[in-house]
Amino acid sequence: MPAIVVEGLERSFGDVLAVQGIDLQVDEGEIYGFLGPNGAGKTTTVRMLTTLLLPTGGRAGVAGFDVVAEARQVRATIGVALQEAALDPLMTGRELIRLQATLQGLPTGEGRKRADALLERVDLAAAADRRVGGYSGGMKRRLDLAAALVHEPRVLFLDEPTTGLDPVSRKTIWEEVQALNDDGTTVFLTTQYLEEADQLADNVGIIDRGRIVAEGTPEELKGEVGSPHIELVVGEGAVPEAERAVAELGKLRPRKGEGRVLLEVEGGAADIPRVVRALDEAGIGVESLELVRPTLDDVFVEKTGHHLEGEEGGGDAEGADEPEAEASPA
Amino acid sequence: MSDLATGARVVGALGARSIRQTFRRPQLMSPIIVFPTLLLAIQTGGAGAGIELPGFPPVQSFLQFMLAGSMMQAMMLAGNSGGIAFAVDIEMGFTDRLFASPIPRFAIVLGRLAGTAALGLLASLWFLAIGLIFGAHIEGGIPGALLAISLITASALAVGGIGAAIALRTGSASVVQGLFPLVLVVLFLSSAFFPQELMIEPAKTIAEYNPFSFIVEGVREPIISGIEAKQTLEAVAAIVGIILLGLGLSARALRHRLRTG
Repeated sequence: MPAIVVEGLERSFGDVLAVQGIDLQVDEGEIYGFLGPNGAGKTTTVRMLTTLLLPTGGRAGVAGFDVVAEARQVRATIGVALQEAALDPLMTGRELIRLQATLQGLPTGEGRKRADALLERVDLAAAADRRVGGYSGGMKRRLDLAAALVHEPRVLFLDEPTTGLDPVSRKTIWEEVQALNDDGTTVFLTTQYLEEADQLADNVGIIDRGRIVAEGTPEELKGEVGSPHIELVVGEGAVPEAERAVAELGKLRPRKGEGRVLLEVEGGAADIPRVVRALDEAGIGVESLELVRPTLDDVFVEKTGHHLEGEEGGGDAEGADEPEAEASPA
Repeated sequence: MSDLATGARVVGALGARSIRQTFRRPQLMSPIIVFPTLLLAIQTGGAGAGIELPGFPPVQSFLQFMLAGSMMQAMMLAGNSGGIAFAVDIEMGFTDRLFASPIPRFAIVLGRLAGTAALGLLASLWFLAIGLIFGAHIEGGIPGALLAISLITASALAVGGIGAAIALRTGSASVVQGLFPLVLVVLFLSSAFFPQELMIEPAKTIAEYNPFSFIVEGVREPIISGIEAKQTLEAVAAIVGIILLGLGLSARALRHRLRTG
């Protein structure tokens, strides 16, 4: 049974159609990355799936329950960590998790045990009795995540869980999400970070202006926009000669910048030795060689005509390709 | 565990959080205790001779007369503070955490009101203690004191309901905080701080129909003379009316918030 099924889901605010009839399916045990820029409709979709907002059209089911007709059953099955960790700065971490345990209907003793275990798990045991207002951004997100897990939910919704975090805190959250998924939890993760979706998600849905514009595994999506290519820097005068030397090993791409040769190769890294040999036999010196694979941003550009927003420090630079392997000059 | 037991546990937990929140945020606590205490000290110190005026009800001291008004003021400000704290929860997204939990959603409002009622209880104990320390008699004895405490506690719940409704409808702490002067106007246009008989028009007529006058008289009577059925029943009726209004408005505002997100 799919963990999440969405059919023609819509939400309007007055005249503005924020979510315009989206369809998606998330299987049990999957991490689904919902990728899109600010204002694309990610949070609105999550709020409908977590029963915080009523849809104005279509239907959605989570863990087999309808989000409108069986909202309470949905809420008993899911864990939610919303954008901008919704924490009370005056509570301590331990108080918050214990309160969450009560809200989820756990008996007092069990709630206390789970709270202690979760605080240990997210490395907040030492700070558990400090007020949340004094926590760092990363600690707040970890606490929010721990609170969402107190009742061992089948489906976990994470709305931009790493936005604004430093790289170390981000990596910690990623590891925790991966560990949860390894334990069988289905994760619905919204993000505006390409790297996050690429690293974590089994399947990715790209949303723009309230519509899903692409869906599939990260590899499938990237495959749709082209093969990997090798980017060679050979010096200004050697470009025509280098292009002739490697032309039969792949498909030459239009030149980009002085002294550069771009060659699409189907075999990826496996084609690098052949290219290096060909250049060597032609007596061409190579300053650098890089295997570049299409990124989800390339997919986004291909599908929407514009780049993702909010990529500051969030993985790949806007519009930049992702280097996979780098070779020394031949 | 039955739905009712679960609901009661949630209301208790949220009420406890609400009390902790008030104690940990001085700007919520000070209007409930500090401000009314200062006003009580200033009024009893400066206008104590007012009890000699013809038409002033027979009382042991001006402090004895004022205790009910101070308790009312603290109770109403507790209701306002509860509304502000609820609106802060909405603004920072904490209520989303509660709405996303498998609990009856009205339990969230009731939890907040339980906390507000507890603060009303605390305020009534504080002012009774001050009264006793500074020599005021509670003419109705322990039953009279318990009646006054119960009426104030229930009134805090009632006023908190209106504060919660405004918080839910607007989602803005500033708007709820902006009602602070209105609380004082409503109080001064009741018999909280001055006997109705000595007021001039139109304040006298407004005070006569102001439901908070009925409550304050219900609280004052056991302090200055003893328990009287008429005043008690009028106070209870006024409180029940405000509770129904507050809960009705809260339920409506909650539905609106859940519908619109």
